[in-house]
Amino acid sequence: MLFSGSADIREGFAKALMELGESNPNVVAMSADLAGSSKVQAFADTFPDQFFQMGISEGDMMGTAAGLALAGKIVFPTTFAVFAASLANQAVRLSIVYNQANVKIAAGHGGITVGGDGATHQAFEDIALMRVLPGLTVVVPADANEAYHATLAVAAMHGPVYLRLARSPHPVFTDPTKAFQIGKAEVLREGADVGIIATGTMVVRALQAAEALAKDGISARVINMHTIKPLDTECVLSCAVDCKAVVTAEEHSVIGGLGGAVAELLAQKQPTPIEFVGVQDTFGESGEPEEILTKYGLSADKIREAAVTAVQRK
Amino acid sequence: MNSTATSFVLSPERRDQLHQAAHQIRRDIITAIAVAGDGHPGGALGAAELFAALYFEVMHHNPREPQMPGRDRFVLSNGHICAGLYSALARAGYFPVAELLTHRKIGSRLQGHPARTHLPDMVETSSGPLGQGLSVANGLALAARLDGVQSRVFALLGDGEMQEGQVWEAVMTAAHYKLQNLTMFVSYNRLQIDGAVEDVMGIDPLAAKLESFQWRVVEIDGHDIEAVVAAAQPAPTEDHRPTAVILRTVMGKGVSFMEDKAAWHGGKLSMEQAQQALSGLGPAIGFDDIRHMDGTNVI
Ligand SMILES: Cc1ncc(C[n+]2csc(CCOP(=O)(O)OP(=O)(O)O)c2C)c(N)n1
Repeated sequence: MLFSGSADIREGFAKALMELGESNPNVVAMSADLAGSSKVQAFADTFPDQFFQMGISEGDMMGTAAGLALAGKIVFPTTFAVFAASLANQAVRLSIVYNQANVKIAAGHGGITVGGDGATHQAFEDIALMRVLPGLTVVVPADANEAYHATLAVAAMHGPVYLRLARSPHPVFTDPTKAFQIGKAEVLREGADVGIIATGTMVVRALQAAEALAKDGISARVINMHTIKPLDTECVLSCAVDCKAVVTAEEHSVIGGLGGAVAELLAQKQPTPIEFVGVQDTFGESGEPEEILTKYGLSADKIREAAVTAVQRK
Repeated sequence: MNSTATSFVLSPERRDQLHQAAHQIRRDIITAIAVAGDGHPGGALGAAELFAALYFEVMHHNPREPQMPGRDRFVLSNGHICAGLYSALARAGYFPVAELLTHRKIGSRLQGHPARTHLPDMVETSSGPLGQGLSVANGLALAARLDGVQSRVFALLGDGEMQEGQVWEAVMTAAHYKLQNLTMFVSYNRLQIDGAVEDVMGIDPLAAKLESFQWRVVEIDGHDIEAVVAAAQPAPTEDHRPTAVILRTVMGKGVSFMEDKAAWHGGKLSMEQAQQALSGLGPAIGFDDIRHMDGTNVI
């Protein structure tokens, strides 16, 4: 048994990282003065030689990570998603991604549920910024169990990865025994009227929405799209063919993230009505996670409404 | 290194007023963060004298006309300590003190980090992500020069923040453009989130580094309000360098259980802890504590 009930998604990452440290001396972790929040303090304490504290210097951390990786290490730099994806973007783009360095960027505070810190610390453009970089794998675990398996999987593959981790405690619902397959989406619920393609913290809300839709006589397929890139095109296409209406749901802007990826594919290969659930084109604000999710339209209810609209548009 | 202009003396009454303002800013920081449930008290408490000195003595500003042309400008680059800034703004008369109780809550103007979109009249630039404030301050200082106005620009940075590369780019810019109208304060409390600055990523010798980057550097006790006011006076006219004031401060200053503890950089603050902090600080003098809109006590 891994995690159950409600758990911090970052803890899944932390547990896997500890196991990796144990089994592989080439695994290195880094922090930019956020070791506690990034859950790498235990790793730092246990494997002090495999840990580098970089201070508040995210660009330098990404560049150093690239150097370590180019010399054979498997490197996990950690910080908040806003700093990994936008502040350090150029170092990620050139030193890590263009070099195809074996760096696994583990970014916390991915999304809008960061609490009182507000807009400056909410990341909902990070998937877009990372997804656009050629050859960067983008993974968004839906709960702590999946974060655990995803961390092991990204360590086992060669090449750069962006692993996006949400901050707030979250229901655990994925199969703890199931290994993670990068790029292979999971159908969590069968359905034929509408396909809900969700990622990260929105997956559990998509399942709740599907439950509610069933009561209204709408059968919804729910897909956990844990890998945004490479996108599981086969899964998305068959969903569009079977359901003829699609909803995407993500704790991210409706611009450029999962919704963008799905729309790009379907516009070309299988034109289908799509509704996008996510943050509209606006900055966020301080507030309790649930208040924020409701205010910014990231609820199960919104997914249900979007599904009804998508079905009507068929 | 330059020492401060020792000739500068405050009248005893003025000094008392500034002490009271700093004291009240500390009480407000504790109250607002406890009501929010969490926040960043440590660094804010350590900068109370600076906030008091700037908003109650040094800066040329006008709460009745926030956009007054030629006003001095303040950039809080280490935005996480905004509870102190918000208190100074409220106490100076920019908005009702009771609004401090909305800090970090949904719908509030007093966001968890200063947001210009929410407080366009009071926040010169949004901050929170560290390392960007000095660049913006440079821009404000350059614009003042272009416009031929006497306006001075002040920025506050944390010592951990000095690790960001962009800070050093801005340090070069300010020296290159001889921004004599710019003063950068660094709250040198030797702590950051993961521990001692020295252990996380050393920044010393900070004064020597800044001097070698062609800055005029002053180092003082950041809790000596007279010294802070003195250090914030304009540089001698023949000296064209920007000024850096290294404020030797204590994280959590004034609250015994927070002092010199990195853990109080940020986190949860319970009502019980707040009560203990407030009684340790001592009662409000010269100001009234924050009350709820209906006049009842908060803590
Ligand atoms: C670019 C960036 N990286 C990381 C953070 C997270 N963070 C907020 S405050 C802080 C530590 C700041 O240390 P210091 O400047 O010494 O301030 P103090 O702890 O003394 O208040 C960090 C790492 C941030 N806000 N911005």
